Amino acid sequence: MGQITLEKVTKSFGDVEVIPPLDLTIEDGEFCVFVGPSGCGKSTLLRLIAGLEDISSGAIKIDGSDASDVPPAKRGLAMVFQSYALYPHMSVRKNIAFPMKMAGVSQDEQNRRIESAAKALNLTDYLERRPGQLSGGQRQRVAIGRAIVREPAAFLFDEPLSNLDAALRVGMRLEISELHERLKTTMIYVTHDQVEAMTMADKIVVLRAGNIEQVGSPLDLYKHPRNLFVAGFIGSPKMNLIEGEAAARHDAKTIGIRPEHIEVTEAGEWQGRVGVAEHLGSDTFLHVHDTGLTDILTVRSTGEMGLRHGDCVSLSPRHDQIHRFDASGLRMA
Amino acid sequence: MTDPGRNPGADLGGDMATQHSRSAARVMIAPSVILLLLWMLVPLGMTIYFSLLRYNLLMPGANPFIGFENYAYFLTDPAFQAAIWNTLILVAGVLFITVVGGILIALLLDQPMWGQGLVRILVISPFFVMPTVSALVWKNMFMNPVNGLFAHLFEFIGLQPFDFLSQAPLASIIGIVSWQWLPFATLILLTAMQSLDSEQIEAAEMDGASPFSRFWYIVLPHLSRAITVVILIQTIFLLSIFAEIFVTTAGGPGTASTNLTFLIYLESLQRFDVGTASAGGVVAIILANIVAIFLMRMIGKNLDA
Repeated sequence: MGQITLEKVTKSFGDVEVIPPLDLTIEDGEFCVFVGPSGCGKSTLLRLIAGLEDISSGAIKIDGSDASDVPPAKRGLAMVFQSYALYPHMSVRKNIAFPMKMAGVSQDEQNRRIESAAKALNLTDYLERRPGQLSGGQRQRVAIGRAIVREPAAFLFDEPLSNLDAALRVGMRLEISELHERLKTTMIYVTHDQVEAMTMADKIVVLRAGNIEQVGSPLDLYKHPRNLFVAGFIGSPKMNLIEGEAAARHDAKTIGIRPEHIEVTEAGEWQGRVGVAEHLGSDTFLHVHDTGLTDILTVRSTGEMGLRHGDCVSLSPRHDQIHRFDASGLRMA
Repeated sequence: MTDPGRNPGADLGGDMATQHSRSAARVMIAPSVILLLLWMLVPLGMTIYFSLLRYNLLMPGANPFIGFENYAYFLTDPAFQAAIWNTLILVAGVLFITVVGGILIALLLDQPMWGQGLVRILVISPFFVMPTVSALVWKNMFMNPVNGLFAHLFEFIGLQPFDFLSQAPLASIIGIVSWQWLPFATLILLTAMQSLDSEQIEAAEMDGASPFSRFWYIVLPHLSRAITVVILIQTIFLLSIFAEIFVTTAGGPGTASTNLTFLIYLESLQRFDVGTASAGGVVAIILANIVAIFLMRMIGKNLDA
């Protein structure tokens, strides 16, 4: 079991309130991702749940019982740190065994769990090595192994992939998702990378300045962003946000339209001049200037486009895919 | 063309250029190497030469060659054995106190507290007091059986004042020297402690390690290299402790606080026996090398990687 509930949780460092009162429930077995720009308080929130920071007020409940004052080790949570935080002077085996040694698990049981974790994470050949002799991805797996053997109620990941190169990151992303499918344990994952959030999460929590901007499934957030911040943060390339006359025509302060919902047509509603065209093969991203709407309008069209720098294009947005926001940045129905 | 290594057009004459610059480099550094060599070899050669002569300043005249007689005399001197033991006890005692004490003080100083900067300066300050002065302060202001602070303290609680320097001379000197070297050990260990990744401590905390386990399994292994450095550097200086003995006990009572350095001093400048003192000096060099080999064997591997 691993249901985690935050009730009116706040955190202040001195006079600075980092987390204003915040309520959140993470269901048992859920893969929940905290996402937001750096400094939004997502890591602090994770550390509050872990118990590495004390909450200033409110309550944290794990499986219904108040854990606010329970020391980190007794909360039954395991954490994977951004720097992996492996113990450099211990072999991989001893690193993975450390939490069990501290908990007084019998030697046979320790070996059994180490073997099964090492097998699951492809670490069997590396058990006698030191962390310094491993690659980044292997260190990451050791850190996960150290978390798994504790059989925790929930896993906490603090930007675990940010130290890996792009190719490895995609691989580890799949491995962690796979692990979640197999273990069905609650996982809380902190990242600033919205692609990681979109691809892994059951539930995304978008944070800004300690406030929850929106909670929902990845597609929910993609299709129905609650406000301008979420609209701009989720999705790559970013949603085009247009103010002024074009927005007024839709009775809104701002309208948003995703790049894939704008089509290049013969005689479209908007005209512009192509700036940079990014040809990815499967897609082409056009950065269109001089539309009179916004500085650069991003357009995504499938397949190859024969357009070059400086070409004139005519665009038509799909009206049923336009998001409307009012003056305070909130979504209009 | 001053730097052939960076010149892409120098491929043809590359080898020549490298050889040129290599021999030029040798010529350039030769003066300092020769100077350093002379600096070391001349005194060493003279010490070895004197140690083979009958050479006493009180008996001027011929200084005949006598082979290893000085060594035989020095090594069979009852004071020699005492001096060797005293030297080793002094080094080991001070190392133990400064390393253990240094770790404990560093642990305290690593905690966030009010006035941290000032406290750190205060802790380091004994290191700035020169050995003669600090030994005199200890001798006259603390350990003196009549006027010393400790004597007053003993009387205050109704005990007989303890005459440290004559009852426990070697232990007293170990105390004084430890007081001087504790700041050094603390400083090195504190900086090592501060370089420990805080996420490692947090990970251990999440893993259920108690504060003591965190110290034993995480902090102490992290400190091992710094401890090695402290031991190696201190050993070099502790083998040659002199001023503290000279101004407090003068090696006495008897030979109770005479170490090798002080014994050599007695030979050369009390008995004016240059020959025997030189033999003692050579013995001291050999002893220092033996200690160095043992140390490198035992803890030198910590410095690898």
